Amino acid sequence: MLKAIRKIVAGGIVTETAPPADPQLCVHTILQQRIRVLLGRALCIRHVDAGSCNGCELEIQALNNPIYNIEGLGIKFVASPRHADMLLVTGPVTLNMRAALQRTYEAMPDPKIVVAAGDCGCTGGIFGESYASCGRVSNVIAVNVAIPGCPPSPLRILQGILAAIT
Amino acid sequence: MTIKTWWDFATPVTHTADMRRLSVDAASWARAAEELAAADAQLLALWAARSPTAEGFLLRAAFIGEGAGLILELSIADGDEPYPGLEPFFPAASRMQRATHDLWGLRSTDPDRRPWLRHASWAEDGFPLRDSAVVAAATPIRDGYRFVRVDGEGVHEIPVGPVHAGIIEPGHFRFSIVGEKVLRLEERLGYVHKGIERRFTDLPILEGHRLAARVSGDCAVAYAWAYCQALEGMVDLQLPARAVWLRALCLELERIANHLGDLGALGNDAGFAFGLAQFSRLKEHLLRTNEVAFAERYLFETIVPGGLRADLADSGVHALANFLAELAPQVQSLREIYDEHGGLRDRFLGAGHVAPELAARLGLIGFAGRASARGLDVRIDFPCAPYTELKPRRVMHTAGDVAARVAVRFDEVQESCRLCLHILQALPSSAHRVHCPQPAPATFGIGLIEGWRGPVFLALEAGASGAISRCHPHDPSWQNWPVLEHAIIGNIVPDFPLINKSFNLSYSGHDL
Repeated sequence: MLKAIRKIVAGGIVTETAPPADPQLCVHTILQQRIRVLLGRALCIRHVDAGSCNGCELEIQALNNPIYNIEGLGIKFVASPRHADMLLVTGPVTLNMRAALQRTYEAMPDPKIVVAAGDCGCTGGIFGESYASCGRVSNVIAVNVAIPGCPPSPLRILQGILAAIT
Repeated sequence: MTIKTWWDFATPVTHTADMRRLSVDAASWARAAEELAAADAQLLALWAARSPTAEGFLLRAAFIGEGAGLILELSIADGDEPYPGLEPFFPAASRMQRATHDLWGLRSTDPDRRPWLRHASWAEDGFPLRDSAVVAAATPIRDGYRFVRVDGEGVHEIPVGPVHAGIIEPGHFRFSIVGEKVLRLEERLGYVHKGIERRFTDLPILEGHRLAARVSGDCAVAYAWAYCQALEGMVDLQLPARAVWLRALCLELERIANHLGDLGALGNDAGFAFGLAQFSRLKEHLLRTNEVAFAERYLFETIVPGGLRADLADSGVHALANFLAELAPQVQSLREIYDEHGGLRDRFLGAGHVAPELAARLGLIGFAGRASARGLDVRIDFPCAPYTELKPRRVMHTAGDVAARVAVRFDEVQESCRLCLHILQALPSSAHRVHCPQPAPATFGIGLIEGWRGPVFLALEAGASGAISRCHPHDPSWQNWPVLEHAIIGNIVPDFPLINKSFNLSYSGHDL
């Protein structure tokens, strides 16, 4: 245990200052004042992979590392849509995930925000629309913020998330 | 009989020294598979394609063993009897055969006739790789998938997914349990089936590597390299030494990044958040160093036909060398902390046990195989340049539990650091890329690369005027998902996330 404590002390605090919100990522501003009053900066996010290659997941997971330390900003990922204010969706929406995505969205309490992360979520990306893919997220549910990138960096994702609540 | 006996009758795949193909009839198809299984060969992939000469289809199965690869080809015409299923000899073949039916309409003798990748997205009588007119169902069709029920007093089911409680991919797990103990786990996958194999046929063959890199994003380098290897083999392109050395560097960096991520997540799943904080910090530094060296954190665009997108500058060489020289001792000190931690030992040892005999029977592959005494490592047993020169050391453990899969990762991080540092020191100075011409129609090539998770196999066929007529990428997760169902038996439900993470299988790479 001493070794672990020494390592913690030696490592120090590595968290970097959060980037500013990027309002240009907002595609559909329905963000009422009410949301901001209700949430402040305490935001709970439910993530759904609706068909991603798993690249975006790696960068979203990175938000939890000590360098981005998203929980330090009062934002956390939650397991249940019932606890969530924001739905963060990755991937083109596959036909096989369409119902699960819709049901997750419907299970969230109002008011709610949807963020599509990654080129696939924004446009369908390299996979596009097909017999198995509905393409971009907004073909299935309304999207408020779209963050392009393949995959978008953790900083871009954070800028998009902050844009939704700033 | 061994793989070599069949191999002697076979013809080489164009420009691929150790891989041969053999046309067989239905009886020899089954007999060869039986003999290959008896000789402990590994099933790499099973897939179908349209026959380039006749009306019907070709069913293919690729095997590897004793440093030789063999592809069996069985011609099938419409209206033929079901072809002999390989699942009696290679249990992993069952899901591949079910998927082949979903996509091509070719039926095997496998008694499990449930759909696998087709949920309710397209009509039952539509086969999207056979018929380009198959489109998405406008409204979801009711999907009555029949899970296997376990009866008995006190037995109940826990359905989990497809949406999981974390930042992970979707899939469904059906647990049958008594108290907390798992009697049976049945997986249902296919949720992220997005039509990758048909999408390939829309792309020019010289651009398919970009889609290959996105079959499973955490293996971007392995897939892109496998694709390029297949393509370059088709046109007999000799790559400059620097290009292949840099590709190996990228592949080992990908291995290190994923192992670091998993080592942290495994600590966290066992209640040791310190591990996640430490390893995720190291992984982030690696990704940032990648960005300095290759202008991207994950190397999705770096591997291109003919070599690399851009050369590695001296500044990149220094950044990587400095980082990796520091990384190795840091990981070693974290390993000591993991090894000495009673709580971790308690959770890791014995959990999710896959005995070597079971691993051999089910064909466990990749690093998970190497934790259960299955030594296969394509970099050593089926090496392409530059691994013929680099000579990686084989990592192998025999305990087959979570602890062994953790130990394999620790060992492989050290070995990959050593390889990377050697590459950076001895990097040949030549061009990083040469022009890759378009292959002639109907040429066939294969790629085989040891990704961080296991062997990534890819079969590619050229169409007319620079198109792709067929591309089948195959993830090692196909082989390992069924083994997870066995690894969890007798464990308690709360250990499932830990055991699942210890395999860390790909959904996207499997669902295609």
